[in-house]
Amino acid sequence: MEAVEQINLIGLKDEKPQPAQKIWKHKHILDLDDFTSEEIDLVMQTTEAMHEILSRPIKKVPTLRGKTVVTLFYEASTRTRSSFELAAKNLSADISNLTVSSSSVTKGESLIDTLETMEALGADIVVMRHPYSGAPNLASKHVKASIINAGDGWHAHPTQALLDMYTMLKHKNSIKNLKVTIIGDIIHSRVAHSNIWSLTKMGADVTICGPSTLLPKGMDNPQPYFPKVNVTTDIDKAIKDADVVMGLRLQLERQQSGLLPSIREYSRLYQITEERLSKADKGVIVMHPGPVNEDVEIASTVAHGDKSVINEQVTNGVAVRMALFYLLAGGSRNE
Amino acid sequence: MAKKVIMTEADIKRTIARISHEIVERNKSTKNIILVGMRTRGVPLAKRLASNIESFEEMKIPVGILDFSLYRDDISSQDIPLVIKSTDIPSSVDGKVIVLVDDVLYTGRSARAALDAIIDLGRPLSIQLAVLVDRGHRELPIRADYVGKNIPSSKDEEIEVRLTETDEMDEVAIIPKPGREG
Amino acid sequence: MNKSMLIKNGRILDPAQDLAITGDLLITDGKIKEIAPDVKNIPADCTTLDAKGMVVCPGFVDFHCHLRQPGFEEKETIATGSKAAAKGGFTTICCMPNTEPALDNKATIDFIKATSASEACIRVLPIGCITKGRKGLELADMGELAETGVVALSDDGSTIADSRIMKQALEYSLIFGLPISDHCEDAMLSNGGQINEGIIATRLGLRGIPNAAEENVIARDIALAKLTGARIHICHISTEGSVELIRNAKKDGVRITAEVTPHHLTMDEEMVLDYDTNAKVNPPLRTKKDIAALISGLKDGTIDIIATDHAPHTENDKLCEFAVAPFGISGFETALGSLMKLVHNGDIEIHLLLSKLTVVPSKIIGSKFGKLGTLNQGATADITIFDPDVEWTVDTKEFYSKGKNTPLNGHKLKGKVMATIFNGKIVYKDNSVKLGV
Repeated sequence: MEAVEQINLIGLKDEKPQPAQKIWKHKHILDLDDFTSEEIDLVMQTTEAMHEILSRPIKKVPTLRGKTVVTLFYEASTRTRSSFELAAKNLSADISNLTVSSSSVTKGESLIDTLETMEALGADIVVMRHPYSGAPNLASKHVKASIINAGDGWHAHPTQALLDMYTMLKHKNSIKNLKVTIIGDIIHSRVAHSNIWSLTKMGADVTICGPSTLLPKGMDNPQPYFPKVNVTTDIDKAIKDADVVMGLRLQLERQQSGLLPSIREYSRLYQITEERLSKADKGVIVMHPGPVNEDVEIASTVAHGDKSVINEQVTNGVAVRMALFYLLAGGSRNE
Repeated sequence: MAKKVIMTEADIKRTIARISHEIVERNKSTKNIILVGMRTRGVPLAKRLASNIESFEEMKIPVGILDFSLYRDDISSQDIPLVIKSTDIPSSVDGKVIVLVDDVLYTGRSARAALDAIIDLGRPLSIQLAVLVDRGHRELPIRADYVGKNIPSSKDEEIEVRLTETDEMDEVAIIPKPGREG
Repeated sequence: MNKSMLIKNGRILDPAQDLAITGDLLITDGKIKEIAPDVKNIPADCTTLDAKGMVVCPGFVDFHCHLRQPGFEEKETIATGSKAAAKGGFTTICCMPNTEPALDNKATIDFIKATSASEACIRVLPIGCITKGRKGLELADMGELAETGVVALSDDGSTIADSRIMKQALEYSLIFGLPISDHCEDAMLSNGGQINEGIIATRLGLRGIPNAAEENVIARDIALAKLTGARIHICHISTEGSVELIRNAKKDGVRITAEVTPHHLTMDEEMVLDYDTNAKVNPPLRTKKDIAALISGLKDGTIDIIATDHAPHTENDKLCEFAVAPFGISGFETALGSLMKLVHNGDIEIHLLLSKLTVVPSKIIGSKFGKLGTLNQGATADITIFDPDVEWTVDTKEFYSKGKNTPLNGHKLKGKVMATIFNGKIVYKDNSVKLGV
């Protein structure tokens, strides 16, 4: 059995039995903006336990027997859906998948109708991906089931950010004071947005970097609406001494809408290359939520190189989602 | 009703010494034994049993830690879920004698969960159960192989086990259930 | 209803004649007969209304609203909209032509006039289209529209993108002296935006609408108005930059007037933080800094009037993902309560507020439809009576409007309309008001 790495935990003594409910307050997971650092800690700790299960020959525990998880995807994403599906299956939940083509999304009425149908079918947890920001928030107001946001528009992707943090913790002692640089299309990235919330809550020193057309608006004075982070268009400055460098997927249609002159120019100015990484901290890790446009946002040698933890992110995704299912199934009862 | 001390520090020490001997006696040898502490207070008890056995058998006894939270049957009940931790058992359980160690045996539901959790890890030769206190009121057909002390109790009472490792002192006491009136 | 009515002991305020007295107001035959501290010659069959502690002022005039009829009767009709307006203290409302079909010819205007005559409890004045079908391509028959009786011309939410067409529309409007009322939005810049561009849009992951989308078109319109000498009216301005542009244009002698809505004056972008589609409005709610600039614009006369932009939608229309929800706030019934906050906070004087709701919009409309917005002796008895200090909680279930779409549901407002009199008749009365004989 592999040695279990000690996760740095704030505020939780190792051997005291802690009622999770005193820490965990969420019925839904919509974004990380309303998470406390204690809750994020609890997720990390629970993820560690789930990670251990994934290393067993039998990766299945009976925890959620009799619970029904429904995945409702208005955008295709085999990776994310499979990750949730595996997580639910490992916990012995019943799972049912529904894909709705995003072209049929015209009215929220249909979203609410769909959710009500699912609830009538006995869904306890609905995992939802939607092209419109805030759709999970709308859903959470109209159903009794717990909603997990699996990515909504440009808004949030909380489970991705939590698995990113867990991956960082596997390589770094603590998130506090960790220098994390996120590079790319920040304004349209729900992954970046959720990471900014979770990382700043845990005390990381976050820098966002990209072409000025792809940087979020209002970052000169973001509080209290959004965390304060360093913002730069200079990739070399952003990478210098970084402990973690995270790339983001560049949607190629950004060029068509005139936000970028060309993909070639973007790669030249903002690609994460070996050479640029040499200015980072020696122990730097490179992350990416996938799927990677190789040699656009990250050089293929870097994506497959020894600093890359991109594949670990995928495994950790299952563990994080198991942890969240567990916490929601336990925590939602006192509503 | 006030708190009533059932076992003192000295009682606990004697009891653990006795169970240590019983484990060795019953299994003839210590070769295949893994002591597995059930979180939370089963863990220090397992460690104490191991060091006791080591003192007279002169052989290292492996100690594992088991978190059976994910096997509980009450995730949807009013019980509060605990913060779960990793299960950490130092070797494969296949062909081993697993001695589960817990502080209190009550309804038997934790033991049932722990049995399932162990069985999911492999195929042990046998599984045994050691508890410091058996308070009765079983809801499942489960009994312990090693019992420190039988304490007949009412359901309106709680058995409070305190151990220096987790609670700064050794003591077993019987107390009225908190927060219940009439 | 009796032919005469005496409103007693009210605080009578009429910005048109700089009048502020406490006393009585007598109405006979639908006209204002007398205002005095103590009216003596009371007709025998006179109805009395005790307005002690209340403000008595000219009926409010709303230069910008949407009644949705014809075409969208599920959202509002002339009957329900006018009833809601009366509850909000309005006695004259000007409805925008973004109906289906659009109000771009005599037939549709006649329909509005006929329906209003039979179903509206107050005065409804239509605004005609600038271009056919509001498509921004060919001018509508403005002469016919003017003769049929429109108060202004507007393509409403569809800003004329082609500056040449806009220039020609302004030039042509000179024949009739009608103002061109423009919803100023550069659609290429707003680009499907949902809320104010800035940190809240970043937080919510919604596309932002930059200030420049509005200011860009205002700047163009100013240049064109200056060039042509025509009258331009700027709808619902929302930014500090817009105030500045209009202030300078006025200094420059351009024939420009401007309006602001109660919601842009009293609510900022924070209202959408929970993806509340009821706070989704175009132009979007902006920042506190913009609100301060709008208030200063009201005070120095840069902004001429307050108009509701009452934009009712059904609950289903708004019960959806933020990005697909329609823009608009149902505004008639919360207008006064919202605006009185500015008075209670000391931001503006009550006389100023009332002038923006009465005499100034009447001046923009002109005298064609009668002497509106004043309590002058002999004027039509359009009167609003409100209690400036009563606190009430907005409950959209009590709305007369079909549109329950307001972010103010459940909010407390201070200041409430107690009675609305149109043409000498009570068209709305709060339950607490008792009439005597």
